Amino acid sequence: MVTEKDVSYVADLANLELTDEERARMVRDLNSILGYIDRLNELDTSNVEPMAQVASRYGTSSEAEANAMRPDEPRPSLPHDAALRNAPNSDGTFFKVPKVIER
Amino acid sequence: MDLDLLTVDSIRTAVLERQATAAATVDAFYQKIEAEDAAIGAYLTLCKERAHQQAQWVDAMVGRGDALPPLAGVPIAVKDVLTTKGVRTTAGSKILANFIAPYDATVVARLEAAGAIVLGKTNCDEFAMGSSNESSGFHPVHNPHDHSRVPGGSSGGSAAAVAAGMAVASLGSDTGGSIRQPAAFCGVVGLMPTYGRVSRYGLIAFASSLDHVGPFGKTVKDVALMLQSMAGRDLLDSTSADVAVPDYLAQLEAPVNGLRVGVPQEYFGEGLDPEVRTAVEAGIQELAKAGCEVVPISLPHTGYAIPTYYVVATAEASANLARYDGVRYGLRAEGKTLSEMYRRTRDAGFGTEVKRRIMLGTYALSAGYYDAYYLKAQRVRSLLARDFDEAFGAVDVIVTPTTPTPAFKLGEKADDPLAMYLADIFTVTADLVGIPGISIPCGKSKEGLPIGMQILGKHFDEPTLLRVAHAAEHALATKVELS
Repeated sequence: MVTEKDVSYVADLANLELTDEERARMVRDLNSILGYIDRLNELDTSNVEPMAQVASRYGTSSEAEANAMRPDEPRPSLPHDAALRNAPNSDGTFFKVPKVIER
Repeated sequence: MDLDLLTVDSIRTAVLERQATAAATVDAFYQKIEAEDAAIGAYLTLCKERAHQQAQWVDAMVGRGDALPPLAGVPIAVKDVLTTKGVRTTAGSKILANFIAPYDATVVARLEAAGAIVLGKTNCDEFAMGSSNESSGFHPVHNPHDHSRVPGGSSGGSAAAVAAGMAVASLGSDTGGSIRQPAAFCGVVGLMPTYGRVSRYGLIAFASSLDHVGPFGKTVKDVALMLQSMAGRDLLDSTSADVAVPDYLAQLEAPVNGLRVGVPQEYFGEGLDPEVRTAVEAGIQELAKAGCEVVPISLPHTGYAIPTYYVVATAEASANLARYDGVRYGLRAEGKTLSEMYRRTRDAGFGTEVKRRIMLGTYALSAGYYDAYYLKAQRVRSLLARDFDEAFGAVDVIVTPTTPTPAFKLGEKADDPLAMYLADIFTVTADLVGIPGISIPCGKSKEGLPIGMQILGKHFDEPTLLRVAHAAEHALATKVELS
């Protein structure tokens, strides 16, 4: 059973705050969904390998592709000003953020 | 020009034979969108300047008598999870409400190089998380066949735009059914290609081991034409496969006699709407009449696909959505400290469903639960893949309903996330195992709602998939008459 305390802990990990109302609803929803997910335990998977992605399984990726290697050659990248254009707060060179170290 | 009847094929011919200019075609589509989209809500952003420039380029080619590229003059809509340089790209989220993408997604660049004209960006569930389009951060989309019903999701705007004749074809993304399910609800064709077949550079990530980009169209031939210009290796996406792109039209109209069509019993059980069952069984009968051998098969782990999906997809989403922190782009809510700023930004910017999935995924990955949920789901994913390996040893394609029911009402499942998740019960497995799937229209319910038939193929065997879909489409006489 997921409790309100668990929800607060997980919200903290996920950098979410959630209102009291959202937290109460989250307890209900997570329990309902996790209850459904629990049916996976009907299956014995002790001798089954985990599958994280599909490409290796179907043999479509060569050794090189599996590691996504390419020659180390310079290629154009996003210009500085274009990279900053969507920033909520910047000084033209850097992204600006509130104070990081709390004391 | 009746915009509702235009196909990729017919519009290119019209432009080539100078019956219509690309510029006039684009104008006609914008007039229709402005007159009719208020009632549908398919578009979030129109990019008229970009469309007009592209139309001028196409018309100049016609004027000079140049050889025309394969999609010359074809007006398309692009799901707003794909970036478009200089054009607002929101992923249906308030957190990106003012985001102007600095580069084009590879698929958008390739389709434009092939002559297609992007009319605008379509509405979707926030970050492609949803099955009804009601989770859009902006406004819902209404099903063009019945405005009180959902268009499906998450690519609801792209499906509705084609169904309502507000684009000739469109792009969607499919992580758990988000192309095929809205295609079924809106009565259009929707194709999810094999994982790795189409580049995802510029696709705003939801769940990276499951995300696919694919086309919508009115006909199977139209989605084949779209795929032809989209598919292939892209050095900007290391998960795009280095597999040669075949000619998707070469075998499209070839006879299907002798092909083996698998029908999995698990997809025709409890919970399947009787009208959907009747329509899909009739579709299978048409394939049998065309000479296909219908083979009953079993995919024994089908009932475990939804729980597997909602662990894998939310775990990956929780990591992918960590980037929305108010620093480099998107919304920022002020806070005294960095940590407070992150939290306020994410609280204000994300909607309920996105928060729910981030929470579920974070929970499944958290210390003490990783083995029980995430690793367990990955092991069951292997079992699902084995089901298909065995099935495809005996059949060439698999035919199922796309959805258990026709389009449901707006609001009907909005308060019950689990009920909403079950709307994807027939589509999620193909995403988990990486095989291609298509939904084609297969009749209508008594209430006039479209019903979709899903065809699944072997990985990278889109030619056979499209050939069977084309045969079924023509047998079912649902093809759009060329104008």
